[in-house]
Amino acid sequence: MIKINNLTKKFGAHVSLDNISCEFRKNEAIALMGANGAGKTTLIRAILGYYHPNAGSVSINGLDPIKQRVEVLKEISFVPQLPPPIKLNIEELIQYISISTDVDKEKIIHYSNEMKLDLKSNMGKSFFKLSGGMKQKLLIAISLAKKSSIIIYDEPTANLDPKARDDFYRLLKQNEEEKVLLFVTHRLEEVKDLVNRQIYMDLGKVVSDDKI
Amino acid sequence: MKNLYLIAYLDLKESLRAKWFVVYSLVFGGLIALFFIAGVTESQVMGFSGLSRLLLMYIQITIVILPIFILITTVRSISGDRDNHILEYMLSFPISLKQYYWGKIIGRFITVYLPVLFAMLIAIAYGAFKGADIPWNIFFLYTGLLFAMSSAFLGIAFFISSFVKSSEVALGIAFFVWIFLLAFIDIALISLMMQNRFNEEFIIFIAMINPMEIFRVAAISLFDPELTVMGPVAYYILDSMSQMVFVLVSIAYPVFIGLLFAFMGYKIFEKKDLV
Repeated sequence: MIKINNLTKKFGAHVSLDNISCEFRKNEAIALMGANGAGKTTLIRAILGYYHPNAGSVSINGLDPIKQRVEVLKEISFVPQLPPPIKLNIEELIQYISISTDVDKEKIIHYSNEMKLDLKSNMGKSFFKLSGGMKQKLLIAISLAKKSSIIIYDEPTANLDPKARDDFYRLLKQNEEEKVLLFVTHRLEEVKDLVNRQIYMDLGKVVSDDKI
Repeated sequence: MKNLYLIAYLDLKESLRAKWFVVYSLVFGGLIALFFIAGVTESQVMGFSGLSRLLLMYIQITIVILPIFILITTVRSISGDRDNHILEYMLSFPISLKQYYWGKIIGRFITVYLPVLFAMLIAIAYGAFKGADIPWNIFFLYTGLLFAMSSAFLGIAFFISSFVKSSEVALGIAFFVWIFLLAFIDIALISLMMQNRFNEEFIIFIAMINPMEIFRVAAISLFDPELTVMGPVAYYILDSMSQMVFVLVSIAYPVFIGLLFAFMGYKIFEKKDLV
């Protein structure tokens, strides 16, 4: 599903991804690990089509995420490490997502309820005024409601309390079939029940790639 | 197309709630209110009186403040979203870059143009209520000129926003562009003219490709078709084209500049790393 071929990305003189090649297939749940600055987020952003590589290529189901971004992004759900300070209210944010991505609003509400987030009473509130945990819960609910074949989470539980983390992993377990799940994480023990592959990156290279 | 309208609609809604928009609307609405309170319509200066005089004053002030308002509020639209990772999340949905960029421009154009237009409409409505003669020709010319100037500076702002990574730098560049077009370019041209280094036609040509300058001269031309207040410079302009053609150019040219810069900004946005 995701094929990364000799991918190199530089920012000035700094090499963030150094000739990386790997493949992520259906039914794989991967923990992407490594120290800060190892290139994990750069790799994710390259998969999402945000970066123009200096060399190599990324292909998602045979499509280029830069040239065919709309088709590619229909298949990807993404939750960033820190929820961005979006000024739209929740109603508008859901409108943006449901119109652009064809996601049913009721499904977002359903998954929010599963994450113990009362969305209906907060619809008029600006997204950035929600607490860190509420924002993260909403982004997770959106990612699950989207029903994508690729789910990318960049440290998704950073703002969640233990109970919310359990809800998140339970929902993920129910929704992981026939998908590629890619976690950026520093805590393998948290996702060890979910993942079946572990990739360790350092200085822009893949230093280990093991099946669990 | 639905995504283009969606982005424009949401940007418009977000802007209408923003504090800067409240200040922006109050400034232009307040100006008109202040003119009425100050009795500008009852005074007569250089033959201008009533609503004509009010609109003349309004346009003179607008020349100065509209560009900087548009620049500082718009220049951060993409660079700011990039800065605080909003772009990273919002563009993870299947929206083309074309729809996102042009949707933002449409939304922002409506936001910056409407208060300026409404302020003039309020003036016209209040003037009519007071029984004043309504100078429709001036109103329509100014509507066109403000549309053109808003387009020009919106395009320039989006151009800056597309290549600058930090919103602080974007603000700095925006401020420089404004002060350069407002004053520096004139000071430089006056000094060149005094030194006789270049011929006058060339210097006047440089002055007139400045969208603020062409706006200023076009605004004068409706009251003073011969541009007598400008002295001999008027000959250079009106010998090249009729007053009507000059007014049309003064509307078409800034719109073209705005579209050109917006398009260049889009090309940069498309070709550069998004975050």
